[in-house]
Amino acid sequence: MKNLKPHTRRNLITFIGLAVVWIVVTVLRGQGVLGRSASGLLVPICCYVVMALSLNLTVGIMGELSLGHAGFMGIGAFTGIIVSQSLMRAVPSVPLRLIAAMLVGAVFAGIFGFLIGIPVLRLRGDYLAIVTLAFGEIIKELITCLLVGVDEHGLHIIFNYKGLKGVEDLHLSETGQVIIKGAQGATGTQPIATFNAGMILIFLTLFIILNVIYSRTGRAIMAIRDNRIAAESVGIEITRHKMIAFVMSAAMAGAAGALYGLNYSNLVAAKFDFNTSILVLVFVVLGGLGNMRGSIIAAVLLYVLPEALRSMHDYRMLIYAVVLIAVMLATNSPIAQSFFARFRFGRKGGDEE
Amino acid sequence: MAELLNVNDINVYYGAIHAIKGVSFHVDEGEIVTLIGANGAGKSTTLHTVSGLLHSKTGSISFEGKNIAGVPAHKLVEHGLAHVPEGRRIFLQMTVEENLEMGAFTQPNANTPASLERVYEQFPRLKERQRQIAGTLSGGEQQMLAMGRALMSKPKLLMLDEPSMGLAPILVEQIFDIIRQLHQAGTTILLVEQNAQMALSVADRAYVLETGKITLSGTGDELIHSDEVRKAYLGG
Ligand SMILES: Nc1ncnc2c1ncn2[C@@H]1O[C@H](COP(=O)(O)OP(=O)(O)O)[C@@H](O)[C@H]1O
Ligand SMILES: [Mg+2]
Repeated sequence: MKNLKPHTRRNLITFIGLAVVWIVVTVLRGQGVLGRSASGLLVPICCYVVMALSLNLTVGIMGELSLGHAGFMGIGAFTGIIVSQSLMRAVPSVPLRLIAAMLVGAVFAGIFGFLIGIPVLRLRGDYLAIVTLAFGEIIKELITCLLVGVDEHGLHIIFNYKGLKGVEDLHLSETGQVIIKGAQGATGTQPIATFNAGMILIFLTLFIILNVIYSRTGRAIMAIRDNRIAAESVGIEITRHKMIAFVMSAAMAGAAGALYGLNYSNLVAAKFDFNTSILVLVFVVLGGLGNMRGSIIAAVLLYVLPEALRSMHDYRMLIYAVVLIAVMLATNSPIAQSFFARFRFGRKGGDEE
Repeated sequence: MAELLNVNDINVYYGAIHAIKGVSFHVDEGEIVTLIGANGAGKSTTLHTVSGLLHSKTGSISFEGKNIAGVPAHKLVEHGLAHVPEGRRIFLQMTVEENLEMGAFTQPNANTPASLERVYEQFPRLKERQRQIAGTLSGGEQQMLAMGRALMSKPKLLMLDEPSMGLAPILVEQIFDIIRQLHQAGTTILLVEQNAQMALSVADRAYVLETGKITLSGTGDELIHSDEVRKAYLGG
């Protein structure tokens, strides 16, 4: 370990930590120590960790604010559900269907990321924040208009924007099944998401993000963040590099969404609203911009905390707020920073190879 | 000597503002050419147009005889044009060496060690500070870093936008010494300056830019002794 580069060592520790958590949780579940409600949190926690990691790529590494990350999650969730439900007969293998759902969810979210990126990423200023905010809200409404069903003839999709149509307008055959019922969202989904799939997705996401960060492309993306004019002057293509980061970020959120969607038998689009986007943004900011390990820890802690405090009723939000403020102080005060810097790969000390 | 850069009758607008009004000039291989002018004369706008960050409505810009108007900025670095923007634009969070490595972004990785060595030879001060975070460098060192970074791409033409801006007189002297050395080592330089005295003293040829137009041109010596330049830019 000693002769590795500091960032390699640091990332190795993160991966080892994740593996240890994976094993411990698996053992605890095997012995029945984890209760039903705690076990039920495992998949959503994994999804939110991936959401935080992927948003950190946009906000921390690329340096642009995105306020609609939940929109990509929503796209991933509903395309994932459609894929999994409609492949039920053709692909009986659950893992294969889960992989297909996450892949298609990632591709669709990535395509939307690309479409948003084309007009916005060439502009300077906070346009991305405004456009992603609108995108998140619009996507939620569009999904609410969807009627989707499947039968042996294939998928039946109605875009019910006037709100006049019902499930019967899908004209499904007798063996057909409704997948998405407009405002009621996805109903009757077979929940196939698993904790193991969640951990694999976290590993994969982290691995991809770290590889990008330390690549030539990643250095270019961070150079643009540090100083756009200087980046232009050394010959970096601004729009293309921002696009790479943004589309990757959207696609990863799509995969997380697919996993999330397949964890519940009922899911409404309203789940993927502005509040969810802000929640993930809070994970990223509190975990530290550009700090992937911080994103993981913040997402886990801040997702579990309100649940753990459920028994405290009225004091729950108060304690949550106090913890938020404490974390904010800890990550922003110079004293705390120099204290924590001793333990982590920082630019100021211990950077010698 | 062969002509390296030819700018012919460019007109550049910021919306309704007509910032550059029919400017023409040229730079030959091996020369230092300077554009001098007061604040707001259009010097930076001219450099930005040459380096592809802004576009001219008319005229032509050719580099080594090839028309480069409309070629995107990042491609021009590959063609051998390096632009050191005004105001010491460096990557503050990266180390000195990482900044220099970014300068070689368009070059094959294999060339980077040799380029680093070359730049460190030209700027020994940067070598001493290899691992220092660029944001903690002094103003003069930051300017050296910005110039060194541009040289990492082995440019045929180095364009400097007000390298003396905001620096103490002794540092201005140092920067101009470095410009002279680079010139002696064969680098062709287009230098934009408000500090007419210093710029004219190193330049082979010079152009005076006033509110978007070239009003005077000649050798550095001619302009330093011309009455108009003395009155307007050299304080008497
Ligand atoms: N981004 C911009 N938008 C509008 N006007 C600008 C912009 N940049 C420069 N200008 C105007 O163009 C003119 C030339 O500016 P500039 O090229 O920066 O001058 P210099 O570099 O000689 O100080 C000035 O009148 C300035 O106000
Ligand atoms: Mg200027």
